[in-house]
Amino acid sequence: MDLSGITSIIEPKRPDVLPDWQDGDAWLAGGTWLFSEPQPHLRRLIDLAALEWAPSTVSDEGLALAATCTIAQLDRLELPSGWIASPLIGECCRALLGSFKIWNRATVGGNLCMALPAGPMIALTAALDGVCTIVSPNAAERRVSVIDFVLGPQKTTLGRGEILRSISMPAEALGRRTAFRRISLSPNGRSGALVIGTLDADQNLTLTITASTRCPVQIAIGPTPSADTLREEIAGAIAEADWYDDVHGAPDWRRHVTLLLAEEIRRELAR
Amino acid sequence: MRLTVNGQAQEAAPLPGQCLRTLLRELGWFGVKKGCDAGDCGACTVHVDGEPVHSCLLPAFKAEGRAVTTVEGLAGTCRPGGGAPENRHPMQEAFLNAQGFQCGFCTPGMIMTAAALDQAQRRDLGTALKGNLCRCTGYRAIRDAIAGTAHAEAPQSCEAPVGRNLPAPASAAVVAGRAAYTLDLAVDDLLHLKVLRSPHAHAHILRIDREAALAVPGVVAVFTHEDVPAQRFSTGRHQIRADDAPDTLMLDPIVRFVGQRVAAVLAESEAAAEAGVRALVVTYAPRAALLDPEIALTADAPLVHDPGDREPPRPGEDAPPIHAHPNLAAEVHGAIGDVETGFAEAALVYEEEYVTQRVQHAHLETHGAIGWRDAEGRLVVRSSTQVPFLTRDALCDLFGLEQSRVRVLCGRVGGGFGGKQEMLTEDLVALAVLRTGRPVKWELTRQEQFTATTTRHPMRVRVKLGARKDGTLTAISLKVLANTGAYANHAGGVLHHGCNECISAYNSPNKRVEGYSVYTHTLPSGAFRGYGLSQTIFAIESAMDELARGLGIDPFEMRRRNAVRPGDPMVSTSLEPHDVEYGSYGLDQCLDLAQAALAEHSGEAPPDPSWLVGEGMAMAMIDTIPPRGHYAHARIRLETDGRYALSVGTAEFGNGTSTVHGQLAAQALATTPDRIRLTQADTDAVPHDTGAYGSTGTVVAGQANHRAALALSVMIREAAAARQGVDPDACRLAMDAVETPMGRVPLSDFAPIEATATADGSPRSVAFNVQAFRVAVHPASGEVKILASIQAADAGVVINPMQCRGQVEGGVAQALGAALYEDYRFAEDGSVVTQTFRNYHIPACADVPETRVLFAKTYDRVGPLGAKSMSESPYNPVAPALANAIRDATGARLTATPFAPDRIFRQVMQAVADREARAKADRSEAIAVASL
Repeated sequence: MDLSGITSIIEPKRPDVLPDWQDGDAWLAGGTWLFSEPQPHLRRLIDLAALEWAPSTVSDEGLALAATCTIAQLDRLELPSGWIASPLIGECCRALLGSFKIWNRATVGGNLCMALPAGPMIALTAALDGVCTIVSPNAAERRVSVIDFVLGPQKTTLGRGEILRSISMPAEALGRRTAFRRISLSPNGRSGALVIGTLDADQNLTLTITASTRCPVQIAIGPTPSADTLREEIAGAIAEADWYDDVHGAPDWRRHVTLLLAEEIRRELAR
Repeated sequence: MRLTVNGQAQEAAPLPGQCLRTLLRELGWFGVKKGCDAGDCGACTVHVDGEPVHSCLLPAFKAEGRAVTTVEGLAGTCRPGGGAPENRHPMQEAFLNAQGFQCGFCTPGMIMTAAALDQAQRRDLGTALKGNLCRCTGYRAIRDAIAGTAHAEAPQSCEAPVGRNLPAPASAAVVAGRAAYTLDLAVDDLLHLKVLRSPHAHAHILRIDREAALAVPGVVAVFTHEDVPAQRFSTGRHQIRADDAPDTLMLDPIVRFVGQRVAAVLAESEAAAEAGVRALVVTYAPRAALLDPEIALTADAPLVHDPGDREPPRPGEDAPPIHAHPNLAAEVHGAIGDVETGFAEAALVYEEEYVTQRVQHAHLETHGAIGWRDAEGRLVVRSSTQVPFLTRDALCDLFGLEQSRVRVLCGRVGGGFGGKQEMLTEDLVALAVLRTGRPVKWELTRQEQFTATTTRHPMRVRVKLGARKDGTLTAISLKVLANTGAYANHAGGVLHHGCNECISAYNSPNKRVEGYSVYTHTLPSGAFRGYGLSQTIFAIESAMDELARGLGIDPFEMRRRNAVRPGDPMVSTSLEPHDVEYGSYGLDQCLDLAQAALAEHSGEAPPDPSWLVGEGMAMAMIDTIPPRGHYAHARIRLETDGRYALSVGTAEFGNGTSTVHGQLAAQALATTPDRIRLTQADTDAVPHDTGAYGSTGTVVAGQANHRAALALSVMIREAAAARQGVDPDACRLAMDAVETPMGRVPLSDFAPIEATATADGSPRSVAFNVQAFRVAVHPASGEVKILASIQAADAGVVINPMQCRGQVEGGVAQALGAALYEDYRFAEDGSVVTQTFRNYHIPACADVPETRVLFAKTYDRVGPLGAKSMSESPYNPVAPALANAIRDATGARLTATPFAPDRIFRQVMQAVADREARAKADRSEAIAVASL
């Protein structure tokens, strides 16, 4: 929609000439959320696309995604065959409420910075031990795990004027066996619960729970848990008040289906 | 900046925060639609350098140097305002051939998306089309279009066109993106209107400071309650205006719901108007608000229209309140026989309370209007309305103008579903035009559509049914509480209608109805597809299912035993005579057709064996026309080119009546529909038309048209007979000539010659719908998957089977939205939380199964050429049929819509556990008996 309060667009060509951050500023990545709601408090948009960051880097260390990598670019990535976790990428792209047309504009970083409980890029990068690189206005860099980056619905650790630069996932995580489950109130609706299980080389099961909780939850369960252990671990990790409540699922249902999906994952990865 | 649009280099200067959609429309590309303005509906889809994007989300500056293709240029280069490319793109052709649209507002975006799909995406349209919403079709016709399946016949080859699959006359324009909807026109010197809305559910406005707003550059005027006529009116429009309580002021010093208009700002641009709205300073004195209809009639409930503020509104004359409580907007009471005696005679009595939620029409074109003064100084309002004539009359009343000084007309209207049987924008636009003399536009945002228009009436229905062992009903009792919101538009009509056909459909010597529609401090309810029946039918048809189960009777058989049949009086709660008759009767056929189809049509398999499978059905009856008069005029003229010009009053908003009008006229005049030119929905076109509501497009306006066309046929034949000196009975119309015993005479010889006719909507007939489902329910997650969907409909003679099928499919899809997903959520302060399509989920392609549509073969003696109405009614039996199928699958009797997984999973799990426990007990009992 038209953001009638916006008075200027800034297109910095280099990261070292970013404008001083002011009240009413917002970073513009794909714009698919920014332009989807009235933004009466905003005056300037600073366009990150102008920085022309390479969308992705594949190396022996793993996969690094620029914050401005679009969902479409991510979905098209060809990854080393040893990275058997890569089918998660397609699953998480498809978990986005927006259609493939949104994929052409929406960015991985934008999805993280929106910090919606159902943000599937949060699920993907959290499950694969993603680490965010954040650039502060004085050009200093800091790193924080995706799990710690998202604090709650539409709340992140980003400070005033900070930019999410990239998200890196280690090769070790990309080499794990994975299982993905998702449920929503309508077949292609916004996720009500999204659960990813990973098995490392030592058969340790780790669950990453998103959408059903206010912020992503990661639980290191350990090797070959029983159904009861799994339930207890989840119950112990997520307080009653942390189950998310909005129109996309009542909290008691989210809790209930999270346990169902986690159990399916346990069984799948035990095979 | 420069960009290329449809092959044309264009110069543009977008505002910094402007989205590409607005820029393209400013450049004259009106095929790019504004549906949700938030990236959810896809109506604005264009290609940027070949890549499909939602242009409402793309900052306009990003299009610099890019090549943009809109639907207008999909088939080749073209100029804005110039002609369409010579050929259609194959996808445009496919949408035309499959008639993959109804109102067509979503169609440009749908075509632009479909044209960009690869083979893999086409195989999974549920995923590929999740960013494209259509509220009309139910998606089957869209899936057919993309698959290349054709249904439409060529108009020029359809002699005797009744019963043929004629495409909509506007098809070519719709698929080309050139059909002009309400706001698809460039107007010079245009002012824009925006409204400040109340943040309080109930408050007295103490002061509105307009100084800062007037100081905003571009702001021209601010209107408050001090500037509007003192006359109260109802936004709800009916033939008899006294039906609805006049309880609304254009701008009111008291606000009664969050979202009510507070003040209007008029400016040179939308941005300036929005800035003006933000600059208004309003002082409110908040008051206690009544949000819960359950306590509306208690002694100390906050009063919505407080007699302490001003004289209470005169009650609506349709179902006026009997009891004295200021929060009572409408009331119905009636009884025949004695229900207590009936219940005493029953072998089984079932009683339960059913709750239906508030839902939005969600037509993709929001409410909007453009007004101006024409060359004669008349006020002209071009509006997105189902009732141009009644809106004209309302504007005349409000502003004290003669009918000859006001013209209201429609462009193509992007969906209605009853939501546009209201005057929600035209009054302020008219005020602004009258005060400034300049053209004025007001387009509601999608957010305003959710927070400040109208919805279906939420209802609580307590139903009690009694039946003998053989299933014969002994008594029916209904107690209804409807929430009309802050204003009483349609309160009486919906309550009255909602308590009528649902029980007049059944024979029972004892019936009683008690109904109340109460005011609350919430957004107003209004006319909605089904007009009260979908809510009450959910209760009654669920209860019928329980009775049938309790008595061990098949549910289809239960209806056969109790439903009225010709000869039975159709009685709700009064034995007074009425004008509803059995013009035809096809319920028996509908029941047979649906039952047989359910038995033979196995549908999809359940996702896995753990899902529980069940079947259910429900029926619905509807009067074909609203009561107490529905009027239409038609005029048809033979033109000098040997073609006919037909004028009718009713609007086209996807209901398909334009197609039917062409077919009816062509049938009467022995020609083909392509030779009928239609003018419609314009108060200048005919003297009066009540409007396109109450399923009347075919049976009232169509009736008038058919009568006019028959009269013209007689006139032409008589003229030909006089000229040739032969008997008129020996003359016959044949396409472009009259055949006489003395040879053919070209039609053009008799032009111009015209005939007019009217229809008054009486007598009325009845139409029927029977819905059946097979469903699978996940026993733990509460997910419901529809395996088979069947609807049998009695529409009389089906004038256009392809279109009528589409109406049924669309009705089923819309009803599935209400049955499975849609709901308003309110915050504690009474504000609406669900303000976008991503938070108010209407069915997308993946959500709607294919419905097998079957038609009864009947001929109605009331309707034109045997036809009956079929537009609202397919909606009505869907929710109970689905509930009954879920009951069959799981044992859970669901009593509140929607049946979303998070709302039903506990009840489903409990019912499944109970059933298993019972089965286990039965088994151990059987073992115990066997071991004796």
